[in-house]
Amino acid sequence: MKLTIETTENIEGADDPWTDGGQLSYRQLIWRRFRKNRMGVIAGALLLLFYMLAIGADFFAPYHYNEINMRLRHVPPQRLHFSVSDGFYVHGLKSVRNPESLELEFTKDMEQRHPVEFFFKDADGRRHLFSSAGPMFLLGTDRMGRDLLSRIMFGARVSMTLGLVGVLLSIVLGSILGTVSGYWGGWVDNLIQRIIEILSAFPDIPLWMALGAALPPGWSSIQIYFGITIILSIIRWGGLARQVRGKVLAYRESDFVMAARAAGAGHWHIITKHLLPGCYSHIIVIATLAIPGMILGETALSFLGLGIRPPMTSWGVLLEEAQRVTVLLHYPWLIFPAVPVLIVVIAFNFLGDALRDAADPYSD
Amino acid sequence: MRERYGLNAPLWKRYLIWISGFVRGNFGESFEYKREVDELIWDRIAFTLVISVGSLIFTYVVAIPLGIYSATHQYKWSDHLLTFLSFVGMSIPAFLLALSLMVFAFEIFGVPLFGLFSAYYEGAPWTWGKLSDLITHLWIPVIVVGINGTASLMRIMRGNLLDVLGQPFVQTARAKGLKEIVVVSKHAVRIAINPLISILGMSLPGILSGSAIVSIVLGLPTVGPILLNSLLNEDIYLAGTLIMMLSLLLVIGNLIADIALAWVDPRIRYE
Repeated sequence: MKLTIETTENIEGADDPWTDGGQLSYRQLIWRRFRKNRMGVIAGALLLLFYMLAIGADFFAPYHYNEINMRLRHVPPQRLHFSVSDGFYVHGLKSVRNPESLELEFTKDMEQRHPVEFFFKDADGRRHLFSSAGPMFLLGTDRMGRDLLSRIMFGARVSMTLGLVGVLLSIVLGSILGTVSGYWGGWVDNLIQRIIEILSAFPDIPLWMALGAALPPGWSSIQIYFGITIILSIIRWGGLARQVRGKVLAYRESDFVMAARAAGAGHWHIITKHLLPGCYSHIIVIATLAIPGMILGETALSFLGLGIRPPMTSWGVLLEEAQRVTVLLHYPWLIFPAVPVLIVVIAFNFLGDALRDAADPYSD
Repeated sequence: MRERYGLNAPLWKRYLIWISGFVRGNFGESFEYKREVDELIWDRIAFTLVISVGSLIFTYVVAIPLGIYSATHQYKWSDHLLTFLSFVGMSIPAFLLALSLMVFAFEIFGVPLFGLFSAYYEGAPWTWGKLSDLITHLWIPVIVVGINGTASLMRIMRGNLLDVLGQPFVQTARAKGLKEIVVVSKHAVRIAINPLISILGMSLPGILSGSAIVSIVLGLPTVGPILLNSLLNEDIYLAGTLIMMLSLLLVIGNLIADIALAWVDPRIRYE
């Protein structure tokens, strides 16, 4: 296959009779190959769905994430029932004091039925896709009686966007420094490469922990959010910069760059029009595969209490409550936030793998 | 008080004093424990090393055969299963695995999987009994820490071997009438295994990070819990020394990996 990704994206293919579509641009070719990978497409669709749920959490979640019910602490997940007369409903809750541990425990009150209402309007006048006038906790509640399902949806906002923003940051940093390093070479290259080596000599989680602990305690939630994002991307840009540098080094002496230079093109023109387009597919693949690492990093940091701080919530913050085995044995549903973490990370891995296969010109 | 810990000087001066002491083996004094950092860290570093080396061995011993199996059975259902498992293994955060294992162990065996020793041997002097007790406690953190690395290493081994198996010399070996097992084990695997040695250096950060966080969850006496504690209490000399030590371990590990690579592959020579 005589497909050259090195050149700009839209001409080859057009005059290359060997590509299967004849008139397809490189991007279309990638898309076509990507679509053939079923796991990749499913993963991509799943991620889109998760991001939609996260962004629209105000509407999709049945409650607000900080709605505290001190009388309904540690309610186990309630089952959803269906009957023709009532539609979907959950049973009411009866609290019973355990004679041994003297703790309040909840059981079903078979007499009571709280129907699930769609497009429910709560006391503040906000609409929810589904909610109920009575207590309805499909995944149970935490130690302050907050609905876990709603908290997971709101937590997705922080956890899932943090990975994206962090990767964006490391893309910007990595591409700029990688290009500079590869294009100009010399002592600049040397300096940047040594910095990358020093950064990669730190084990990431201990360093993240130290930097996370160094964030001032007085910061607001949003400052912490961006602080954590910067901390996570500060180590991860090195790998990307290396890859970009390698590509740029390879293209720098190639004929089309020579031609551009001979034609009087400036550095900026050569870099943006000739060198970087060749790296796009590479960058996208690396970025996709870097997102799960960031999500896991945030989760781990918050889990240890060094990341996102309440009242802001993220999957790591939710898992922090499940840290102790004794708590988990009593209230096993608190581990549930681990499920979306796993799904999202696996989906990103599959998506990145599919993109890599699709962007690889030798894959057919 | 501030005088004693040298906290009155500006930041850069304090750092210079600390780092020059560090080089000479004087790591400063821990605020919280009121003891020299030096006394606190060494056995913790030793346990970190034991767990890390253990997981490294586990990773390679498990990943290489599985990778070979997966590559020689490409696109069979067993390969698909292994691929899926490796994706799950790569995605599951170590601390979650540790947490769920603990809960399972408690439900099934009724014993808390906490720490590295049984209560009987805690603080006891080293004997054979204590050693065997350590080994019975050790395998769980070793596996938990090693799982992520095992999964990705298996994928790499599979990919490498598939690349090699497509090359002409393998075809020649087959055409000579060699048995498939000889072709794979004597010709292909030897080539395919080389890159794994250079990956050794790259998998070290993951293992050190993993051992830190798993130790916090499982309450193991390694660097992890004491690091977290020192960070939460702003015990800077202790925290700084621990991070420095972990980084040193990493650099030494990388050096060993490089030497091993040059030793195994005669084509690699550093000028």
